[in-house]
Amino acid sequence: MTQLPTSTTRKLGLVIDLDTCVGCHACVIACKGWNTENYGAPLSDQDPYGAAPSGTFLNRVHSYEITPKTGPAQLVHFPKSCLHCEDAPCVTVCPTGASYKRVDDGIVLVNETDCIGCGLCAWACPYGAREMDKAAGVMKKCTLCVDRIYNENLPEIDREPACVRTCPAGARHFGDLGDPGSDVSQLVATRGGIDLMPEMGTKPVNKYLPPRPRDTWEQTDILAPFLTPVSETPQGFLGWLDRALDRL
Amino acid sequence: MGHPEPHLDLSPRVSDEVRKTTCYMCACRCGIDVHLKAGRVAYIEGNRDHPVNKGVLCAKGSAGIMQVNAPSRLRAPLRRTGPRGSGQFEEITWDEALQTAVDWMAPLRETAPQKLAFFTGRDQSQSLTSWWAQAFGTPNYAAHGGFCSVNMAAAGIYTMGGAFWEFGQPDWERTKLLLLFGVAEDHDSNPIKMGLGKLKARGARVIGINPIRTGYNAVADDWIGITPGTDGLLILSLIHCLLKAGKIDLDYLTRFTNAPVLVNEDPASPENGLFLRDARGKPLVLDRATGLPTAFDAPGVKPGLAHGYRRAGITHRPVFQILAERYLSDDYAPEAVAGRCGIPAPRIHALAAELARVAFDEAIEIPQPWTDFRGERQETMIGRPVAMHAMRGISAHSNGFQTARALHLLQILLGTVETPGGFRFKPPYPKPPEAHPKPHATATPGQPLKGPHLGYPMGPEDLALDADGRAQRIDKAFTWENPLSAHGLMHMVISNAHAGDPYRIDTLFLYMANMAWNSSMGTARTIEMLTDTDPETGDYVIPRIIYSDAYSSEMVAYADLILPDTTYLERHDCISLLDRPISEADAAGDAIRWPVVAPDRDVRGFQSVLLDLGARLGLPGFVADDGSPAYADYADYITRHERRPGIGPLMGFRNDGTATGRGAPNPEQLARYIENGSHFTHHIPEAAQFYKPWNMAYQEWAVSLGLYDSPQPYIFNLWLEPLRRFQLAAEGHGPHQPPDHLRTRIKATMDPLPVWYEPFEQAAIDTAAYPLHALTQRPMAMYHSWGSQNAWLRQIHGENPLYLPTNLWEDHGFTEGSWGRVTSPHGEITVPVAHMAALNPNTVWTWNAIGKRKGAWALDPDAPEATRGFLLNHLIHELLPPKGDGHRWANSDPITGQAAWFDLRVRIEKCPAPREAHPALPPLASPVGRGPKSLAWKIGR
Repeated sequence: MTQLPTSTTRKLGLVIDLDTCVGCHACVIACKGWNTENYGAPLSDQDPYGAAPSGTFLNRVHSYEITPKTGPAQLVHFPKSCLHCEDAPCVTVCPTGASYKRVDDGIVLVNETDCIGCGLCAWACPYGAREMDKAAGVMKKCTLCVDRIYNENLPEIDREPACVRTCPAGARHFGDLGDPGSDVSQLVATRGGIDLMPEMGTKPVNKYLPPRPRDTWEQTDILAPFLTPVSETPQGFLGWLDRALDRL
Repeated sequence: MGHPEPHLDLSPRVSDEVRKTTCYMCACRCGIDVHLKAGRVAYIEGNRDHPVNKGVLCAKGSAGIMQVNAPSRLRAPLRRTGPRGSGQFEEITWDEALQTAVDWMAPLRETAPQKLAFFTGRDQSQSLTSWWAQAFGTPNYAAHGGFCSVNMAAAGIYTMGGAFWEFGQPDWERTKLLLLFGVAEDHDSNPIKMGLGKLKARGARVIGINPIRTGYNAVADDWIGITPGTDGLLILSLIHCLLKAGKIDLDYLTRFTNAPVLVNEDPASPENGLFLRDARGKPLVLDRATGLPTAFDAPGVKPGLAHGYRRAGITHRPVFQILAERYLSDDYAPEAVAGRCGIPAPRIHALAAELARVAFDEAIEIPQPWTDFRGERQETMIGRPVAMHAMRGISAHSNGFQTARALHLLQILLGTVETPGGFRFKPPYPKPPEAHPKPHATATPGQPLKGPHLGYPMGPEDLALDADGRAQRIDKAFTWENPLSAHGLMHMVISNAHAGDPYRIDTLFLYMANMAWNSSMGTARTIEMLTDTDPETGDYVIPRIIYSDAYSSEMVAYADLILPDTTYLERHDCISLLDRPISEADAAGDAIRWPVVAPDRDVRGFQSVLLDLGARLGLPGFVADDGSPAYADYADYITRHERRPGIGPLMGFRNDGTATGRGAPNPEQLARYIENGSHFTHHIPEAAQFYKPWNMAYQEWAVSLGLYDSPQPYIFNLWLEPLRRFQLAAEGHGPHQPPDHLRTRIKATMDPLPVWYEPFEQAAIDTAAYPLHALTQRPMAMYHSWGSQNAWLRQIHGENPLYLPTNLWEDHGFTEGSWGRVTSPHGEITVPVAHMAALNPNTVWTWNAIGKRKGAWALDPDAPEATRGFLLNHLIHELLPPKGDGHRWANSDPITGQAAWFDLRVRIEKCPAPREAHPALPPLASPVGRGPKSLAWKIGR
């Protein structure tokens, strides 16, 4: 089985804002496009024009309805990809060392040359974040676009994961969550960012910013200040109008 | 460490070359960087320098790579060999195809040009396609606005000189409160998401008013699950509350709107309801300084609102007084509308209070002096930071025009239009109705039409009727049934042509319009009309159909001649100020597409084909003096065409490359656009960025750019006089008289002030038998039919259950995997259902255009789109159910003719799961075969 580094220099990861995510799937397809063309085997699609199309995706968006005790139901869009856990069970379960966590930045990767496609890592991951590519027979997962973020062939501004670069609503943020002064750490601190399923003990690096409270006037609108009429009669309204125009 | 870390190439080569062009995976026209390896498309991402998307890109845009390789792409011109609808074709050469088209069209032009009907769907080259149709001489041309959002566009133009999306946008940088009415993934796509992101980042409040809570409404701070078709009533109630409290911007209303204009109030006068005007025709206001009626635009005039004026025994009152009298009525009190809107009255009060608080207590002021059209200098720009955006949800109803008018009235009363923090126009808008053309529809054999087909009628005299009062257009646009049908009525073309009413046509020429499927009201009936034969001759009732599309859509099977188009990465296009540009609120913008890859099939860009056809037909403007083609292809046209001297399709790099807007054609123009990332931006000076309709700095800038030839300041139409002119006719005044059976409806609906009336279909049927509203929404990751052929997008939206609210779900005992039989007054479908709690309790809905005909789009016949996917279109009719009065009334807005497909009423019953969704139409033969069984699309190995 494969060892994790005792610590990593940085903890690169994503901060995903569930308050802002509109569920458009832009990140899903940008990821599919980049990672089909780049890192390792292409993300393949089986039966792409048929009855049961099924392809490999490193990032998927799920939608959940929440029905609060009072007020209308809510819909939360929830993009999910590898969380690059500090205690990544997918790494320690790997029989060949193909799965590993980088010491320099904490990114969890699969070295496809060593991957035997046994699928243990996908079984070990409590988040369902790994997908076996059926065409290549190797395990695929989010690379945090390791071939973008340091890529000297890209302008510096583009050295971020494809999903972050493309997100139209700006709901995805990338940075070093090991540095408390980084923009992403500050965002997590300000907005009360959370770990996904912390009880699993995996110490995910990626964080989620919870939706802000919605529909708050459900609780308050009985007390809300109504607008005060200027008059209850048409004549009174015209009188107000005259006076108001004089003040212009 | 058990293993050393493997060596990784952290700087792999991304591409050999990046070619920048414009996306066309939906209509929003984002800039894209197309990465090529070995000349093939390897990756597509957003262009950071592009004004529309600033680098971001939606799922559709990123999936464009799966469109260029789609197995559904047509490969060569096709001639039908089997019966219509069989899908049986033979490939022919372009010469044969073009000669066939010319052989069909040329005799029509010489004898009866109206027998050619040319309608385009999601076309972005209407400046060219309309010019072609005008040169051909047929009055029968329009694009798809009649079933899209003409209510929104026309109400905006008539009320304030522009509407949402392409006409204007919220001031995303400054607004503090955004109201979204009926917006799903409607236009425009990425800019709304980017804007919402900005609002969220700075804590501005978003309120979503929509029966369905998905997408933008899901992230809204507050959701109001309104009953469909009642938005107008809610808005008028908000206006009631704001007026009653005096929370309106009186300064703005007196200076920039027709609120102070004096209206003839004598019920006996033939000018009742029209404006008092001076000898030059200028509407008059009562000057507060002099007490005299004065032209509204006179220098120094201080328009009043509070007093009327008598002249020649006739009382005239300011528009504002009539308006206040109407909306102060308790008929519009929240308590009176709450039940119909499905919104508790306290919520309406609270919403009005919030609008007033943000508009007036959180007003913003920019220290930017400016001078208005009356010559008055203002030291600052005051803004009321309330923005609104609306789309099809309020538009696609039979009361949509007046609802959109009501929304603009609300914006204007708050002083939020063209002020900081509110709603801002995008050049070439603002542009009032008077500055638009009037409709032209008189066909003359062998001659071009005398002017543009589409326009903005100002009264009954502008209708497209012949001397006997019959419709001149096949779609009956600009008739008494729908006088202001500014975008035409594409949804009526096939049914009218089939009925021979107002006349028979010979050739139906369609581009990018899936009329045999998701773009028709009543798909199966439309298919019957397309295949129906005349018993006497055995010919098809619509004898000839020519269709251009890039893909094997359902419509292809119903055409006789197919002119295969390219994909968007293989073609030239221009996104032009003459048409539908990509301007922003503080800059004019246009753009191009160019062939970033060459087609690998025998296909041609439709616009080049149209130019070729125009030349072969010898149409004026399409041939040079020596009879040779005037333009080699579309690229040549984009470069050299001049609509007015010095004004061409593209504004940038004119003359020697340094002129903007006006200037001689520059042969290097397209090359310069490509160097510039395929777009061009021309900024509006700071002093001209707000108050555009009244700001002389803006007016002069617009003239310098060539948007107008002289300054065109105007005031907003709270009172819409053209509507009143139609009402006057219906009351019996004037030489142009409507048919008697339409008088009552014209009087009721063409009210010069926004009015709400019950959607026609629900007013005409037993709503107890059809208690539910049925809607569709466009998903964010799929655009109409196009997405279904996309290997990646169809994995996100491969099927479309009908979503049911909790009460309905439980009452009918639906469970996961249930199916339901859905019945409307016009048809029945059987479909998979799913539960959704965040939904108006009387509404069911589904994603639009996911359902597919078997055999279309190169999908397997057992694809979920074809077995579980479905269309609500089967439940809709272009006519209302018979009323027993001898007339069939259109299921459309009575003002614009917009298809009222959101008026649909249904009931649902649980039923046993069938083998597949019904109706299941027989499979089409695929002219392109089927797609591969697996994909692993990596270009660089």
